[in-house]
Amino acid sequence: MKFYRVWALIERDMRKFFRSPALMMSSMIFPLVQLVVLGYAFGGKIKGAVVAVVDQDRSVESRRINEMFNGISSGAETFRVVQYGSLPQAIHDLRSGFIRGVVEIPYDFSRRYYKHDRPRIAFTEDNTDQFVSSSLVERIQQMVAELNTPDVQPRLDTQVQLNVVEVYPYIEYVKYLLAGSTAMAIFIVAMIGGGITFIDDKARGLHEGYLVTPVSKSELVMGLIGAGALKGLMAGMVLTIIGGLIAGIPRLWDPVRLVYLAVVVLIASLAMISFMFLVMVRVDDPLVPRAIFGVLNTLLFFPSGAVYPVEAFPWWLRWISVIDPFTYTVHALHNLTLKSTGIEGIYKDVIVLFCFASVMMVACIGLFKRQL
Amino acid sequence: MEVAHLTKKFGDLVAVNDVSFDVVQKEIFGLLGPNGAGKTTLIRMMTTLTLATSGTARIAGHDIGKDADGVRNAIGVIPQAFTSDPELTADENMLIHAKLYGVPKNKHEQLITELLESVDLIKFRGALVRTFSGGMRRRLEIARGLVHAPNILFLDEPTTGLDPVSRSNVWEMIRTLRDKSELTILLTTHYMDEADKLCDRIAIVDHGRLAALDTPTRLKDSVPGTDAVEAEFEGAPRDWNEQLQRLAQAAGVTQRDGVTHIASHDGPATVAALMDLARARGVVVRKVSVQSTTLDDVFLHYTGSELRDAASGGKSYDISHLYR
Repeated sequence: MKFYRVWALIERDMRKFFRSPALMMSSMIFPLVQLVVLGYAFGGKIKGAVVAVVDQDRSVESRRINEMFNGISSGAETFRVVQYGSLPQAIHDLRSGFIRGVVEIPYDFSRRYYKHDRPRIAFTEDNTDQFVSSSLVERIQQMVAELNTPDVQPRLDTQVQLNVVEVYPYIEYVKYLLAGSTAMAIFIVAMIGGGITFIDDKARGLHEGYLVTPVSKSELVMGLIGAGALKGLMAGMVLTIIGGLIAGIPRLWDPVRLVYLAVVVLIASLAMISFMFLVMVRVDDPLVPRAIFGVLNTLLFFPSGAVYPVEAFPWWLRWISVIDPFTYTVHALHNLTLKSTGIEGIYKDVIVLFCFASVMMVACIGLFKRQL
Repeated sequence: MEVAHLTKKFGDLVAVNDVSFDVVQKEIFGLLGPNGAGKTTLIRMMTTLTLATSGTARIAGHDIGKDADGVRNAIGVIPQAFTSDPELTADENMLIHAKLYGVPKNKHEQLITELLESVDLIKFRGALVRTFSGGMRRRLEIARGLVHAPNILFLDEPTTGLDPVSRSNVWEMIRTLRDKSELTILLTTHYMDEADKLCDRIAIVDHGRLAALDTPTRLKDSVPGTDAVEAEFEGAPRDWNEQLQRLAQAAGVTQRDGVTHIASHDGPATVAALMDLARARGVVVRKVSVQSTTLDDVFLHYTGSELRDAASGGKSYDISHLYR
């Protein structure tokens, strides 16, 4: 293999890449928009969900419950309390979608309270939105637990307590999503640089221009993949830094971590470009990569743990995540950006990605048609 | 170049059928034939872009099957489609190719400047190729094909799609290349005038076979008669062609598309005799012309059809429903 030929092909692609800022921008705009919109849309806590309270008891005890609801309403703001006089009316409004839940304090609440006969309150929820309803239930359960706490604590507390220690400070969702967005930027470059450009070259007959030269199959494949990997490195690093600034990743400019990030992004780019190249190596129709972009995006991005933890997946989706290069990219980037690990947190992912890229490249060289 | 029994099959279709010929150094050799005759497939086999089904060729001493890299190093190829990168400048296109061929770095600047000067593109060396006209792009590609100083240059239909001025410029370039270098040139074309004006020898290709091979002059001489008379008649009797055969200096008569073609050893004498005969038989001569034998006549003679007929002689499709 003559490396000057590989480098000539890389140089050709890089000159075209730098000449086309729109292409560079387009590979980064989508992941950045995704980071900002998804990051802030999914990452926040539920606030201001409207909950109706129907106090049918109107006693001192029921008033205490009402006060607790009002306290949450003005404190954590998980929900906003609206008083209803009629339970049927509240249920009607719940079914009509005007309110998210109905808390009913029944007529006999205070009587049962004083008789120590398990006083009850009811919470009727709109469970069409699991995320909101689970947040409301969690908050109301906390409130009920507080209600049940005795006013006078026993001298010896025999109840078991769980103390939760968080290793890392609270991680906003936008920070969690950054790794996925970086992987997405690399993937878009892989599609544009490793897939669409190559097939467009074929469709326009430009590849005939270099097939007539003495460049070998392996030099051609390495050159085209190398150029794509460099473009992926640039897009990935730019997105990590801009996204990191937006998300507020601490110690973003730590030079050692930046080197580790560059290594992960470069190897991930190599893996994704060679994967895309393998998918496209025998494709001639320039419409094909455009048509399969959405499918590959869904198939690779979502099972990777970029937006939701892999542990929540069914078995078949977990298997996809095992062979998905996104998974290892996202895992390594999570470790670097969220946990500030060193080489020990990324070396396994880097090895897997490197092996994946090597297998893909060998397959590409084998399948690449040197003749027309 | 030594081509021996080259054959290329695509399934049942035989695109190139047992073609053999030699090309000597410094010769401009033309492959003349209509679209689909097999010229591009032949040139692609010779330039290692397509594998031959059988047969072989030695290009500058290198076997196309056994030493493809040797062939690629010895040749410059200008394919039919534009292959220069439109997103790069002329300079960059030249530079990348020089690097792909391993031209020493210290020679890049001088070599590229000389080549761009020779194709009259030096003023546009920094311009993006996408801003070039077809003729400029073709000239750039010829210069790019010469960046590694090849022994042999392959040009696949170098003037197809170009306007008359650009065609003339490309012809001039090819002539200059022949005069100023030791380059051997093989070009394919479906233009008679191009083959006639540029080539030292011409191989007529039809349906994948070599129908004839010689110099343009000898090919023309091989056709009966030195002139061609074309005429259209009204009220001609049934035995009119037989009567025309007996005209003074007539060498042969054929009929196509309502036009009578008479090969003649002396065009004016045959026309004079034709007019007398028509007057005597009461046949109206609607149109008559006389011209020297052209390569079109040669093509007609060897393949049985005119080049333009052969070009349009492919399978036809009924598309009337599209505009009904």
